[in-house]
Amino acid sequence: MAQADLVDSPSPDPGASVPRDNRVWRKFRSHRSAMAGAFLVGFFVIVALAAPLLPIPDPAATDWGAVRKAPSWAHWMGTDEIGRDVMSRMIWGAQASLLAGVVSVGIAIGLGVPLGLVAGYFGGWIDAIVSRCTEAVLAAPFLILAIALAAFLGPSLTNAMIAIGISATPIFIRLTRGQVMNVAAEDYIEAARSIGTPTHRILGRYILPNALPPILVQATLTVATAIIAEASLSFLGLGQQPPAPSWGSMLNTAKNFLNQAPWMAMWPGVSIFLVVLGFNLLGDGLRDALDPRET
Amino acid sequence: MLRFLLRRIFIAIPTIILISVFVFSLQQLLPGDPLLVLAGEERDPEVLEALREKYRLNDPIPMQYFAWASNALQGDLGTSLRTNQPVTELILEKLPVTLQLAIMSMIFAMLIGIPAGILSAAKKGTLVDYTANVVALSGLSVPNFWLGIMLILLVSVKWQLLPASGYTPPAEDFWQSIRTMLMPAFVLGTALAATLMRHTRSAMLSVLSTDYIRTARAKGLRERNVIMVHAFRNALTPIVTLTALLFGELVAGAVLTEQIFTIPGFGKLVVDAVFNRDYAVVQGIVLVTAIGFIFMNLIADALYYILNPRLKVA
Repeated sequence: MAQADLVDSPSPDPGASVPRDNRVWRKFRSHRSAMAGAFLVGFFVIVALAAPLLPIPDPAATDWGAVRKAPSWAHWMGTDEIGRDVMSRMIWGAQASLLAGVVSVGIAIGLGVPLGLVAGYFGGWIDAIVSRCTEAVLAAPFLILAIALAAFLGPSLTNAMIAIGISATPIFIRLTRGQVMNVAAEDYIEAARSIGTPTHRILGRYILPNALPPILVQATLTVATAIIAEASLSFLGLGQQPPAPSWGSMLNTAKNFLNQAPWMAMWPGVSIFLVVLGFNLLGDGLRDALDPRET
Repeated sequence: MLRFLLRRIFIAIPTIILISVFVFSLQQLLPGDPLLVLAGEERDPEVLEALREKYRLNDPIPMQYFAWASNALQGDLGTSLRTNQPVTELILEKLPVTLQLAIMSMIFAMLIGIPAGILSAAKKGTLVDYTANVVALSGLSVPNFWLGIMLILLVSVKWQLLPASGYTPPAEDFWQSIRTMLMPAFVLGTALAATLMRHTRSAMLSVLSTDYIRTARAKGLRERNVIMVHAFRNALTPIVTLTALLFGELVAGAVLTEQIFTIPGFGKLVVDAVFNRDYAVVQGIVLVTAIGFIFMNLIADALYYILNPRLKVA
């Protein structure tokens, strides 16, 4: 963010960053694919939040008279192998997916940003320990690590979110550390130190806000990764447990009925694709809008 | 070169030690007495005591770690509770299957991703560039297990062109082996192709904006020569190193792909181990993949060193 704005004074005028915020917003709004991403994400968020208010059947209600029925006026997206309404399960499943994406990234940011901040600012042995641990966790492929953690913690949506969050933490440690090291080398930080500003204030007031934009971009892109990871874990039976709906577990069941009920596999996959595409477009758009080199 | 590699290996040692600590600590996450989990259905006190001795569960945790790590260092990752086979043996048995899948996926990814990236950079701002970007982003966003399911539905169930599942070792029937692996390799290669395309495009764009490319164009070289001989060769360094690093993603992606196509590889082994609560196997796999990833990092570093003459001078 506004590094240049803060160079001259350790206590910048908050109003000074307003024109840049406007410029970022204007750039973001003119970025067509970013707006398409925002629309897709917004749509799924509204659907997920409105699930209890929508006139749809109970997602767990079975109807043995309507087993594996193709899409019709009665069931717009068809029914599953025990007669549950696929659309209702899709809508409620959106809650699980989005919740998993946001909470996992929240955990990763909650753990990763403070650790990266401390490692990057203090350097020395703290940095060495944090960096070596980060490298060690990063060495294990993301999904393998998440599967192993979810397996040891036990299968549930909460544990899947914890596993995904922990697996994604190193990305944020590394990113924050790098950003903090850049910002901490600036003159205005030296100025803040020289006038005796306490460390927690320097970190919280001057360094963190300037290190935030790339973290925000990474968070948006990691939500996309986390949604796919949650769907993968649920697909393997390590995430959301039946009968609670989740797109991943719906796909797991659907693969056994491909010939008889292809719609069961169609909708959850399309939804995962669209919501992940939405977050990816949004992340790319944010990156372009926040990049000062882009005009 | 040797000094460079030795330095990299030296740096990797603490990382490997930390990974081993981390993998060992996974066991501590198990709720309740880990022995009861390790023992499975077995509840005979004598057997339980023997297991407690075997896994040194009476020792303090650091001692348990040193015993486990020294065994691991000698290639002993424990025994599978399910099959009673040594974990190392199980991993070595499944690894070639996943390697075949990984190599075929990488070939797909390179055949699609690199030309698409070059084309996209060469035609920047045109419809070709825009389409390639949309396709790449879609490739990154599509869950590969869903793509696998859809391909089985179309290619195997509806059109009956390729087998939906199973595995034939290449030594048994080479062409059948290729046929069974085509769909899984395509599924696994799609996301990687997208990543490769985006990196190739970005590397090409940065090279295409340099002065020597302008000089090459100014002296009247054909655009194809400018792109392929002057630009691509110089953009190759980051692409090659990225390709080496993507092998880690391939192994992770193989978990789901092997599950869908019922391929008896490394990925299926980990999922089966998770469901059989065969924790020694899960630990072994995490350790082996992490060390494998560090090894691929070393190869990437070595390739970077070989391909970038400036590093040799430095």
